[in-house]
Amino acid sequence: MSTWPIHPLRGGVHPPQCKTLSNQSPIHSVPLPKQLIVPLLQHLGRSTEALVNVGDYVLKGQLIADSSSPISAAVHAPSSGTVSCIGPQPYPHVSGQLLEAIVIDTDGLETWCPLEPVPDFYAASATKLLDKVRQAGISGLGGAGFPTVIKLTPKAHQPIKTLIINGTECEPYITADDLLMREKTAQLMLGIDILVHILQPEHVLIAIEDNKPEAIAAVRHALDSRRYHVVALPTIYPSGGERQLIQILTGQEVPSAKLPAELGILCQNVGTVVAVHDAIIEGKPLISRITTLTGQALQRPMNVECLIGTPVAHLLELAGIQQAKRGRLIAGGPMMGFTLPSAAAPIIKTSNCILAATDAELPPPPPALPCIRCGDCAEVCPANLLPQQLHFYALGDDHPQLQAHNLFDCIECGACAYVCPSSIPLVQYYRAAKADIREQEQKQIKAEHAKERFEFRQERLRLEDERKEAERAARAERLAKTKAEQAKKATQADAASHKADAADDELKRLKIAASMAQVALRKAQKQLEAHDTEALKVQVEQLRVAADYAKQALELASAAMPAPAPAPSQPAEDELKRVKIAASMAQVALRKAQKQLEAHGTDELKVQVEQLRISAEQAKQALTAATATATTPTVADKPVKTELSAAEQALKKAKIDVAMKRAALRKAERNAADPEALAALQAELTHAEQSLAELN
Amino acid sequence: MSIVFIAVTALVALSLIFGAILGFAAVRFRVEGNPIAEQINAILPQTQCGQCGYPGCKPYAEAIAAGDKINKCPPGGEATIQALAELLDVEPEPLDAVEGEKPQMVAFIREAECIGCTKCIQACPVDAILGAAKQMHSVIASECTGCDLCVEPCPVDCIDMIPVASTLQTWKWEHPLPPGTVIATDRESAL
Repeated sequence: MSTWPIHPLRGGVHPPQCKTLSNQSPIHSVPLPKQLIVPLLQHLGRSTEALVNVGDYVLKGQLIADSSSPISAAVHAPSSGTVSCIGPQPYPHVSGQLLEAIVIDTDGLETWCPLEPVPDFYAASATKLLDKVRQAGISGLGGAGFPTVIKLTPKAHQPIKTLIINGTECEPYITADDLLMREKTAQLMLGIDILVHILQPEHVLIAIEDNKPEAIAAVRHALDSRRYHVVALPTIYPSGGERQLIQILTGQEVPSAKLPAELGILCQNVGTVVAVHDAIIEGKPLISRITTLTGQALQRPMNVECLIGTPVAHLLELAGIQQAKRGRLIAGGPMMGFTLPSAAAPIIKTSNCILAATDAELPPPPPALPCIRCGDCAEVCPANLLPQQLHFYALGDDHPQLQAHNLFDCIECGACAYVCPSSIPLVQYYRAAKADIREQEQKQIKAEHAKERFEFRQERLRLEDERKEAERAARAERLAKTKAEQAKKATQADAASHKADAADDELKRLKIAASMAQVALRKAQKQLEAHDTEALKVQVEQLRVAADYAKQALELASAAMPAPAPAPSQPAEDELKRVKIAASMAQVALRKAQKQLEAHGTDELKVQVEQLRISAEQAKQALTAATATATTPTVADKPVKTELSAAEQALKKAKIDVAMKRAALRKAERNAADPEALAALQAELTHAEQSLAELN
Repeated sequence: MSIVFIAVTALVALSLIFGAILGFAAVRFRVEGNPIAEQINAILPQTQCGQCGYPGCKPYAEAIAAGDKINKCPPGGEATIQALAELLDVEPEPLDAVEGEKPQMVAFIREAECIGCTKCIQACPVDAILGAAKQMHSVIASECTGCDLCVEPCPVDCIDMIPVASTLQTWKWEHPLPPGTVIATDRESAL
């Protein structure tokens, strides 16, 4: 086993380690808390969605939340129990904001769901193993919490040559990985074997800082015949950063805005590797992790293996928190961690340390003084940035310059702020500036999106208008066409009627001519009779010829004219009308005579009236007869109808009668009329009701 | 004399040649639209709210390119004015809005009160409201630009403009107090 060459880290600081506080005792187990708060988002990426409902009983290890997004990690029930709430719950975040979480009331039975381990992982395909890792909901346990399966999925054009197992744990106070390497060495080794089986790298490097001799010894001892390199690194902060570790181990710098995978390098935290082992060999999803409980406010600082969702307060009690001494409560280490606003927040997959420090241990930062441009920050920056330049640009909100000075390569390790003699909270400036720039970018993206939608809408409205305009034009054209056609037809009809008129006129003219010829003939005949001269005779003869000629022409013309449509007069109807008129005239005459009779009262008139009456009656009879013959069918069903309607009317009348009687009775009752009247009304009503019933 | 003639002839010939090249380039490489208006439009927030007095961001961008003031965009706020001032190399002016800068808003329809008149749908410049005649309408919050234009046409006043709530995803670190602005005791009380 040759020693692996090391490229010392440029920059870095040596803060007090304070690791002996918590690494003196083995990993403790935690009594099961009454409630587990399992947030739906415990990783870097998309939030998951709850798959269970309030009131459901869940088994330990059961899938309770998942997401369709690939950049996400499934969430499992850390213990068996009943889901008591799904909603906003405390979350370990510096803002103290709540986040959707599933709360499980534990039943203390710890009943596992059925597990599907793959003990012989060498026989399994990489795809199957990756699927198991995905189902186990493993995200990086080192701190960032990126879903592990995405990192492990090999890309065809980027084969992984170097696999780095990160056990450096460079941040002060934290000893979770140290204890894990000491106590779970066998699982770690098997976990590395699984990753090697999936990725087939050329080299495997296990990087451990030299302040953890026990861990190094344990790992070296567990290696057996494996050809992995255990590299003991000189202790310096922040050698455990992914990019820094790669630089130390390979001498290669990961380019800005690129991933280590593009250099063929993959880094995995030791905790993540053990989680992969548990998922494959034991089939267990990620439901617990090792967390360091440390700080001088604790009586018993220690490492615990606790379930995800365990409230921080529960753990602090276990470690003997002295509330009076407690200063700030920090999630993570003193360099990169953040202040926890509340101890009610749960442990999540990325919680590697809870630091309950006294005020003497971590004093509140002294007030910041102006930068004196000493340049210490630039010397310690492990990312080769210019912290003081970035500070000035951040003060001036100069986003383009910040980006030009590679603000986004800052890993927020805090080394610059640690060495700053003016106590400037540099990292806070960078975080705020990064957030501002990200927000601006988001706004820009949103604006672009809104613009696209707006323009699309404008285009749609324009097309719609155009379509409507076209339709309107088409309609107008159609209308004009129909009008033109109608006009054409009208002119044709006019012409036709003109023709008919002409024919009519001709006929009339001929008629007149014929009749005039006749008249002339008759006159001449009369004259002939009176005088009888030769000349007159000749004239009469001529006139007769002319009249005959006119008659013939008239007859010809009449024949040529279309026969007039036969009149729709039906003799029966005509007859009926005639009779009707006669009848009404007779009636009128009768009435007149009657009036006269009343006025004068002579016998003559009486006789006349009598006669008229008879004739009127006759006319009436004739009319009835005529009506009967003319409209037999109507007459046939009319009586039935009248009969029916008579019955109906009777019924209606009876009904109305009943209703009225009833109303009268009620009115009387209301007005408290005397009992006799009431009884009478009652009798009447009964009678009416009876008659109605009969009719019905 | 001939030297002068040659020089003049050469210059005339050169000017003709370059003139022809320039004339050709002016036709061949003609830029469609107004590039400055496009750049201004890219800075504007695209809420299409019309608070500047123009029917949308693009018309306002064109108006700025034609010489209008740069401080008429309340949704963009000071940041947009700064960016415009830098782009156009003019002095930034204070925002010309009655209520000043407002936080990012999103429209919210009280759905129980909506009568389904579709008036807000027609008013929305980015098609962020879903619904049909006599059906309840709803705002797609992620598409809403918070432009206010749907509030006024609503006959039953069931649309509210509510500030966008801060979530863990949108939460950002605060800027620390600049050095030298506080004394130690102030600082401690501020923490």
